[in-house]
Amino acid sequence: MKGDGEVGGKGAKRLSDEGRRRVPSAAVGAKQTLHAELIKLRTLPGTVWLLLAVVALTVAVGSVTAAAVTCAASGCGQDPAKAILSGIDLSQAVVAILAVLAISGEYSTGMIRVTLTAMPRRITLLTAKAAVLTGLVLAAGTAGVLASVLAGRLILPPTSPAPFSLANGADLRAAAGSVLYLALIGLLALGTATAVRDSAASIGAVLGLLYLFPVIASAVGPDWSRHLQQIGPMSAGLDIQATTALRSLPLSPWAGLGVLAAWAAAALLAGGLLLRWRDA
Amino acid sequence: MTPTMYRPGVQAGPDGFAQLLQAEWVKFRTVRGWVIAMIAAVLAIVALGLGPSMSGTCGKTGPASGCAGPVGPGGEQVTDSFYFVHRPLTGNGEITVRVTSLTGQIPMLSGAMHSGLAPWAKAGIIIKASTRQGSAYAAMMVTGGHGVRMQYDYTGDLPGLAGSASAASPRWLRLTRSGSTLTGYDSADGAHWTRVGTVTLAGLPPTVPGGLFATSPQYAQTSGGLTSVYGGLSRATGVFGQLSLRGGWSGGGWAGSAIGAPGGPAAGSPGGFAQASGRLTVTGTGDIAPSVSGATGNGVTIAQTLIGVFAGLIVVVVVGVLFMTSEYRRGLIRVTLAATPRRGRVLAAKAVVLGAVTFAAGLVASAVVVTLGQTVLRNHGVYVWPVTAPAEVRVIVGTAAVLAVAAVIALAIATALRRSAAAVASVIVVIVLPYLLTVAVPILPLGPADWLARVSPAAGFAVQQTLIQYPQVSNVYAPSAGYWPLTPWAGFAVLCAWAAVALAVATYLLRKRDA
Repeated sequence: MKGDGEVGGKGAKRLSDEGRRRVPSAAVGAKQTLHAELIKLRTLPGTVWLLLAVVALTVAVGSVTAAAVTCAASGCGQDPAKAILSGIDLSQAVVAILAVLAISGEYSTGMIRVTLTAMPRRITLLTAKAAVLTGLVLAAGTAGVLASVLAGRLILPPTSPAPFSLANGADLRAAAGSVLYLALIGLLALGTATAVRDSAASIGAVLGLLYLFPVIASAVGPDWSRHLQQIGPMSAGLDIQATTALRSLPLSPWAGLGVLAAWAAAALLAGGLLLRWRDA
Repeated sequence: MTPTMYRPGVQAGPDGFAQLLQAEWVKFRTVRGWVIAMIAAVLAIVALGLGPSMSGTCGKTGPASGCAGPVGPGGEQVTDSFYFVHRPLTGNGEITVRVTSLTGQIPMLSGAMHSGLAPWAKAGIIIKASTRQGSAYAAMMVTGGHGVRMQYDYTGDLPGLAGSASAASPRWLRLTRSGSTLTGYDSADGAHWTRVGTVTLAGLPPTVPGGLFATSPQYAQTSGGLTSVYGGLSRATGVFGQLSLRGGWSGGGWAGSAIGAPGGPAAGSPGGFAQASGRLTVTGTGDIAPSVSGATGNGVTIAQTLIGVFAGLIVVVVVGVLFMTSEYRRGLIRVTLAATPRRGRVLAAKAVVLGAVTFAAGLVASAVVVTLGQTVLRNHGVYVWPVTAPAEVRVIVGTAAVLAVAAVIALAIATALRRSAAAVASVIVVIVLPYLLTVAVPILPLGPADWLARVSPAAGFAVQQTLIQYPQVSNVYAPSAGYWPLTPWAGFAVLCAWAAVALAVATYLLRKRDA
């Protein structure tokens, strides 16, 4: 897949490098870049649908799972917060697709050359893209999580210890953390797509990275499984949703989200450096 | 990718399907990334199958220690543990008893026991070849939720009277032995008898133990998906009265034995019996049934070694999508269609090349993993369910075929959508997510998971099924535990139906649209 991405670029490398140097730097400020990126992402035909899909999937899967939870006097069979917010397991895939399209769409149409001509400072450009994407994902994630919490409160049988409530510290952490989780998944996907450039390969890579760790963890012995759950971006990041049996978690909730943040930072760094070094 | 499409030696005959195949094969093999991706898919499947593994205690503390239980008369693994109140029977004879109550205890989520009956809690009368585990038997019993049953040789199960036994509505059970033939009868009043079944047990010695028994199996309940299964040992107590024996029963008293060790980590009291004023109370735990894998059983299947197929699946569907969309992105499609104006054949050639390459890669990977992976697991002390050679071949070939058909579906969806991002997203939703949700990370509740495993392309993974579902054993029969709702080839047919529809739509659109 890497080879496929390189086919178009190789021959034109030197020429374009020279072309890049001729463009006056600082032609556009950070604010204008941000504005331009917002317009680009907002007016893409798929963006609105993907954001709606994030909200809908979060609520739908969360409701189905919450409806299947059985509760007894001693507690529920499942962590209620995890059940209500389980839609995140799926909607993160949509967020990843949205984030990949935000950059790889430019490569597939050749728009990236216009963009980089207008905004030669590539790190600023990537930062602007990341900021716009994060804003949109936070908005959709918040809507989806709030709707899931409302639906969950209606569906979940009233549990005797404590019903799910955002007034409760742990539940609030689970809900707010899930929104942050989606934003970090978006950044991880954006960084990966900036490095990989091809949209299909990027989506495959990001989804593989997310889902492969839990798949392998389910198939290996407990020691390996625990380590895999500590380093996998999805399994570690979703620790933020846990409200019961915190001691048996492989990582504490915030440390788990920290692992995902590290993955996202590494992906953005790799993407940013490659964007800077490579010819578009 | 393009320059080698027309090679000097090859005549570019517009109608030669062989040339078309060769052209598509050249396109595939000259893109370095796709070849590397296919090799990576094979390596991922092999590495995840042979690499870090589960570990267990099977065979670690002696030969066959900690493994699955004894072997029944039919050669299958069985569970055979119950409380047995017995005396010897020489030659022919008959035992009749009235059951007035069956009560029990099942575990709650917290681990504490509360009163309740497992659906397959059993109490009744049994005649067994010996007290050795796994020996032949026939039994009449009342059950927790399935009425009166006659069961024999672990896998045999015949229904009798419905409903549960109580003091107001007792159940009468009778078992007669004539040579090696045993016949079971039941009755609601002790006067009118109905024959439930007649079975012939091979190798029954002249003198056999017979009498009363009670047992109650591992109890499992799910809350949400398979990620939240809880349960444990349960216990059952049967109350018997009006016991009458005829024939060659020995005159001594009843002896009580706990047959087998109760399975599971939290072994409670093995049971016992009490005799008072013509009433016999027997309490037992365990099961007399075929062994199962999953929530209420132990061991893993060879499908477990193929967990890396998930990684391979993602890679092959992405390659399948790119095989078509890169033609559109680079404008090569116009050259391709100019060279071969019959567009259906182009798609057919692409599908054949992609399917063949994926099948070959999948075959290599799954053959290595299935043959070597079992050894790795056994060396780690994990009990691997034995499979017959034909089933093993079916798993290997089937897995490769599933990967190939999935890649062809990806190709067809890519042909219809033309843009790689949209195509990959659709393929992930159609193929990868159903597999993920039902098998790999089972977060869905069992109902939706079962439905997905029937209608989605993930049904094709039923080719990896090597276990039998027994209706007379309570278990969480879910795809993630190796139990598929469809038979292997029916599941594969569902996947092929998806491929046929996708290819038909793709052919129609490719013909109708301007490139």
